[in-house]
Amino acid sequence: MANALINVPARARRGEVIEIKTLVSHPMETGYRRTQLGAPIPRDIIRRFVCTYNGTEVFSADLNPAISANPYFAFSTVATESGSIAFHWTGDNGFSVTESAAIVVD
Amino acid sequence: MKRHASRREFLRIAGGAAAGLGLTAIITVEPARATPATMQEAIRKVVGSARVNTGKVKLELPPLSENGNAVPLTVSVESPMTEADHVKAMYIFTEKNPQPEVVSIRLGPRAGRARVATRIRLADTQTVVAICELSDGSFWSERADVVVTLAACLEEL
Repeated sequence: MANALINVPARARRGEVIEIKTLVSHPMETGYRRTQLGAPIPRDIIRRFVCTYNGTEVFSADLNPAISANPYFAFSTVATESGSIAFHWTGDNGFSVTESAAIVVD
Repeated sequence: MKRHASRREFLRIAGGAAAGLGLTAIITVEPARATPATMQEAIRKVVGSARVNTGKVKLELPPLSENGNAVPLTVSVESPMTEADHVKAMYIFTEKNPQPEVVSIRLGPRAGRARVATRIRLADTQTVVAICELSDGSFWSERADVVVTLAACLEEL
């Protein structure tokens, strides 16, 4: 249903600051628009995005309708240990997507 | 002769006073720029009674945007991002969108670098404000003006 694109380096040195880029497909319907007949279009957005590194939260964002469709976030984290970096998006109408990427730290 | 000199004197003093007045007017007008009350309210909700300082934060936005539906935005702070001194949160606000809040981001020393990029919607030509909260509890802000030629939110289906 929903697609997520994530970009995490596969390998990193311990202590290195790595850049993470995420993109998830979602219309982010604002709730402020109307159809041509004047009927309001109900809001349908992603409310929250969380990134966890081996279970520890390292980044989170609370989204509002002013975030563009297909929300994009680029941020960074310190490569502390090998394991997995997980991404979780939740939103209106029960929207929920989880993605994860493996990282090897040496 | 005496009268001429005093007239010159008068003009010099008057000119100086006028320049001085103009300068103070600019200085006093600048911080009190008319920002819509709803944005100020939303900012107050986040910062509480704390003072919001200007500086430290870098807000990168294109000065002119053709499409208000996706305006790239980058917020960064020069911070060592250690346990003792790091950026705790970043908030983005807009003046003229239907809702002033854009996004609130939480990060910490695990981020390594205080730099976040995303894409936002802008309903009009307006000022965007970024506020960052540091680990010592202080708030820092930066603003950027964006000219939007095609506004978001207004189109019909």
